[in-house]
Amino acid sequence: MIKTLTTTVPAALIALGLASTAQAEIKIGASISATGPAAFLGDPEAKTLEMLVEELNAKGGINGEQVELVLYDDGGDANKARTFATRLIEDDEVQAIIGGTTTGASMSILAVAEDAEVPFISLAGAIDIIQPVKPNTFKTPHTDRMACQKIFEDMKKQNITKIGLISGTDGFGASMQAQCKDVVGEYGIEIVADETYDPKDADMTAQLTKIRNAAGVQAVLNPGFGQGPSIVTRNYKQLAIDLPLYQSHGVASDGFIELAGKDAAEGVRLPGTALLVAELLADGDAQKPVVSAYKAAYEAKYKTPVSTFGGYAHDGFALLVDAITRAGSSEPAAIREALEGVKGLAGTTGIYTMTAEDHLGLDLTAFRMLEIKDGDWTIVE
Amino acid sequence: MSEFLQFLFSGLTVGAVYALVALGFTIIYNASGVVNFAQGEFVMLGGMITVFAHAAGLPLPLAALIAIAATAAIGVALNKLAIEPARGAPVVTLIIITIGASIFIRGAAQLIFGKQIHTFPAFSGDDPIHVMGATILTQSLWAIGGAAAVFVALWLFFTRTILGRAVLATSNNRLAAQLVGINTDFIMTLSFALSAGIGAFAGVLITPITMTSYDVGLGLALKGFAGAMLGGMGNPKGAFAGGLLLGLFEAMTAGYLSSQYKEAAAFVVILAVLFFMPQGLFGQKSTDRV
Repeated sequence: MIKTLTTTVPAALIALGLASTAQAEIKIGASISATGPAAFLGDPEAKTLEMLVEELNAKGGINGEQVELVLYDDGGDANKARTFATRLIEDDEVQAIIGGTTTGASMSILAVAEDAEVPFISLAGAIDIIQPVKPNTFKTPHTDRMACQKIFEDMKKQNITKIGLISGTDGFGASMQAQCKDVVGEYGIEIVADETYDPKDADMTAQLTKIRNAAGVQAVLNPGFGQGPSIVTRNYKQLAIDLPLYQSHGVASDGFIELAGKDAAEGVRLPGTALLVAELLADGDAQKPVVSAYKAAYEAKYKTPVSTFGGYAHDGFALLVDAITRAGSSEPAAIREALEGVKGLAGTTGIYTMTAEDHLGLDLTAFRMLEIKDGDWTIVE
Repeated sequence: MSEFLQFLFSGLTVGAVYALVALGFTIIYNASGVVNFAQGEFVMLGGMITVFAHAAGLPLPLAALIAIAATAAIGVALNKLAIEPARGAPVVTLIIITIGASIFIRGAAQLIFGKQIHTFPAFSGDDPIHVMGATILTQSLWAIGGAAAVFVALWLFFTRTILGRAVLATSNNRLAAQLVGINTDFIMTLSFALSAGIGAFAGVLITPITMTSYDVGLGLALKGFAGAMLGGMGNPKGAFAGGLLLGLFEAMTAGYLSSQYKEAAAFVVILAVLFFMPQGLFGQKSTDRV
C-alpha cells in the first residue's frame, strides 16, 4: 500500500505538471566503507566521488543539470549497506547507486537495487556480483580471475609450465588462489606446490623452502594482500631463490616496493592498472589522459597518492555520467539502458565496453604486466 | 639437513616474536591476575611511534627509546584512568576493561597514524647469515636476543628484588600486602608501566620483521597469549619457552606437514598440553590456604 502511494503520488504530480523544476536535479547515491576494516579501500573511493561531483558541478553538471551526491558510510557492514541502499532509494529517491566497497556490502545493495530497479555500480571484486548477469547491477573492478589469467599468459610466454603457489588465507588471497587453480589448466601450467600463510605471519621461509624443493618448479606466484606479500618477497630474497616471483594486483602500489625493500622487490612481476604507471604510458594510450587527469586532481586536492581503489570509484562515476549524458534523461530505466550501451569508455582501470551479457566490460588489456626495476615500475609488454 | 635448519630458523624467528609478546603479559598478570588484552596494542604502539619518530628525522635508537617511554606512559594512563577506578571489581571485569582499552587504542591509532602499513630498517642490515645452507636474518637474532634479555631481567626482578616480590605479594593478597607496608597502588602503576614498556620494546624489535599497522595488535596478543598459556601464565620462563615452542610447532608443521594445518596443529598441541598440565609447562600449582 505504502509502495503504491510513493510511486503513484509523484507520478500523479508529474502528470499534473506540479513537480517543481528544482527536483530535476540528478541525485546519485553512494554507500561506501569509508571507515571500518575496509577503510583503506573505501576512504579513497569516498574522497574520489566527492571530488568528481564537485568538479562536474563546477563545469555545469550533466546536460545542464547539477548533480547531488548522497554519500553514506556503511563501515564495511553488509547489513548497514542494505539499510543505506533502502534509504537511498526510498527516502533520498536517487536515480542510481555507486558503492559496495566490499563484496558483502555489494551483494546487500544489489538485492535492494534489483528490487527497486535502480541501476547500481559496484566497486567490489567478486565475479558473483555480475555473474549471472542481473539487469540493474554493473561493476568496475576487474576480477581476480582476470589477474590470474594475465599472470599465466605472461608465464606461458616464458615457457614456464610448473609453478609454486603461496597464498594468504585472508579473503583476497583465498579467493584468488581458488580462481587461479581453476583457470591454470587452460594455460598448460601445473601447480606443483600449494602453500598458504596467515596474513599476520612473521616469516614464510618454511613454506618457501618447501616450494623451492618441489620437483621442477619454475616460478612462484603469491596471491595476497597487506604485509604478507612484502614478507614473502623479503624471505624470497633471504633464501636467494633464483626463480621469477609473481605478485598479485592486491599489492600493486608504491607502498609494496617500500615495504619489501628495493633490493628484494627487484624483478618481481605483477599485473597492475594504468593508474599505477600513469607517467610510463605511451602518448597514444587511450587511458593516459584519463589517469593523468585523475591522478593530478586527486593528489593536488588530498595530498596523498592515488590508489587503484579510488580509481574504481572514478570509473563508476564516469560510467554513470556517460550513461546519463547519452540517455538525455535521469530516469533509472533510461540510465540502465544507456549503461549497457557503454562503448570504449576509457577509465583508470581499463577501457569499458558493456553489453547486455557483460556488465563489467573489461578484458585482459585492463591489466598491464609490470616489473619492478631499480625500485620503480616498468611496463613489460 | 639444510631444510630442517631453515624450518628451525623460521620457527625461532616467529617464536621470538611470540615470546616477546608473551613476556609482556607476565608483570600485569603477576600483579593483579589480569590478562591484559591491550598488550598487543602496546607492541603496535612501540613499533608505530618508532616509525614516526624515525621518519621525523630522529636516529633509530632515540626513536625507539621515545616509543618505549611514551608507551609506558600510555600504560600508566590506562591503569590510572580505567583500571584503578574499577578497583575491587572482579578480575573478569578488569580483563573486559582491557579488551575495551585495546579497541580504543586501536581506533585512536587508526586516526593518528592512518591505515597504512609501516616499517623501519633492520638494525644490522638486510643481509642474511648463512649456516649450512640455511639462512637467518640478523633482525631475527636481535629478536631472539631481546626476548632472552627480557626473560632474564624479569626472572631476576621477580626472584632477586624486593620490588619484584612486592608485585607477587600484591597479586597474592592485596590487603595483606598493604598491611606489611607495600604501596599496592604504586605497584599496579609500576606493573602497567613495565608491561607497556616491554610490549613497546617487543614492537621495536619485531617491526622490521613483521611490519606494523594500527591493527596488528590483536593477532599478536592472541599468539602471545597462547604462548604464555602453553608455558604457564605469569612465569617468565614459561612465556619465553612457550612462545618459542609455539613458533617452532608452526614452522615444523608448515615445513613437514602442510602450511594449511600449521595454526590448527599448534593449537592442538596447546590443548593437549593444557589437558595434562593445566598450569602450562612451567606453571606452578596454585594451592589456596583456607
